[in-house]
Amino acid sequence: MKTLMRLLVLAGCAAFVAVAGMAMLVLPEPPIRLAARVSAELGNSGVKHPVTAVLLNFRGYDTLLEIAVLLLALLGIATAAGGDAVTGRRLHGNPQAFLQSLARLLAPLMVMTAGYLLWAGSHRPGGAFQAGAVLAAGIVLLYLSGLLPAPAGPSWLLRLGLVAGFLVFVAVTAVPLFSGGQLLQYPPDMAGALILLIESGLTLSLGLILAALFLWLPDEHEEAEE
Amino acid sequence: MLFALTGIVLFAGGIAGMILQSHLLRKIMAFNIFGSGAFLVLVGLGQRDGQIDPVPQAMVLTGIVVSVAATALALALARRLLNLTGEMRFPREGPDD
Amino acid sequence: MSGLAFDILLVAALLWSAARALTAADLFRAVVMFIVFGLLMALAWARLDAPDIALAEAAIGAGLSGALLLDTVGHLRAKKNGSRQ
Repeated sequence: MKTLMRLLVLAGCAAFVAVAGMAMLVLPEPPIRLAARVSAELGNSGVKHPVTAVLLNFRGYDTLLEIAVLLLALLGIATAAGGDAVTGRRLHGNPQAFLQSLARLLAPLMVMTAGYLLWAGSHRPGGAFQAGAVLAAGIVLLYLSGLLPAPAGPSWLLRLGLVAGFLVFVAVTAVPLFSGGQLLQYPPDMAGALILLIESGLTLSLGLILAALFLWLPDEHEEAEE
Repeated sequence: MLFALTGIVLFAGGIAGMILQSHLLRKIMAFNIFGSGAFLVLVGLGQRDGQIDPVPQAMVLTGIVVSVAATALALALARRLLNLTGEMRFPREGPDD
Repeated sequence: MSGLAFDILLVAALLWSAARALTAADLFRAVVMFIVFGLLMALAWARLDAPDIALAEAAIGAGLSGALLLDTVGHLRAKKNGSRQ
């Protein structure tokens, strides 16, 4: 019975691949060319890199909701971890000295790389997500080499850092409402500076959130105490 | 276009893996693999005639970050299950086991 | 023409590493093949002229996801070793 189920699932997937593959090979020309519209409006968007412009200006809602989803996922992990996220935990075992000196050497370089990626996002590939990922990697590296405890829960500074990106984004989004515009309508002359401001908040938040996603996973020494 | 076809194969293979494997960690890996397949289809089909399209690229960037958050949440829940039941599989249900 | 040959090799490597990641017997090997898959995906994004996605996939998709999975594999092993004593 079980092998029959397996064969059915595999056959279904193979049929799907065949049908979808054949459908993709006979696709007609796309009627709308979004790339042309993006490059037509790129001058008004405040940045010179089209992907950054799309992410933070033309489709800014997606990024706003994405950072909200990330915060929700972090809250879910903090809930699943139980009481462990409240007390910052140090790495068990003894980390090697070589790893520690390497981490000390690399951490400032990583912060600098994150800053560069953030700045370069306006005219080259880069931007907030890549910079936030490098920042998170730096934090995790410092934790894994024993130099930094895991971020503890109740610190208000950490909480501020986690939600700062979201709050900055919402603030910049909502400001045009007061002057009669719509949400997420940047004034064109300040668009570049506003985008950089939003991206800085996003980088800080994203680095902290991604690092906390790794560091707050439930520990093995925790028993179910309910 | 080649990458879009690869994406379809990865998508189907990932879904098959997610259904057929019973270990939760493998299910999570299968989830990531078919997510990557879907992203390949998104970007590959958009660029099938050679012009770079930034809109699906931005969407895939968002998708990668959201999928890592979903993976982390799934892993946290799987670890809780491990702490509670001792193994990382869905608990067997019902008396007719 | 060399572009197409490279693409075909990359696609074959992608499919192979994904298949190995899904079906490897040892969990640790499966996670390692998953990280390899993530890095090959970063190459694929670079071939598709999407450098932003390549950066993000290498850092987040392969790096952070791989680190999360490896952490869980280590946790599983420690639990198994701990319960056997």
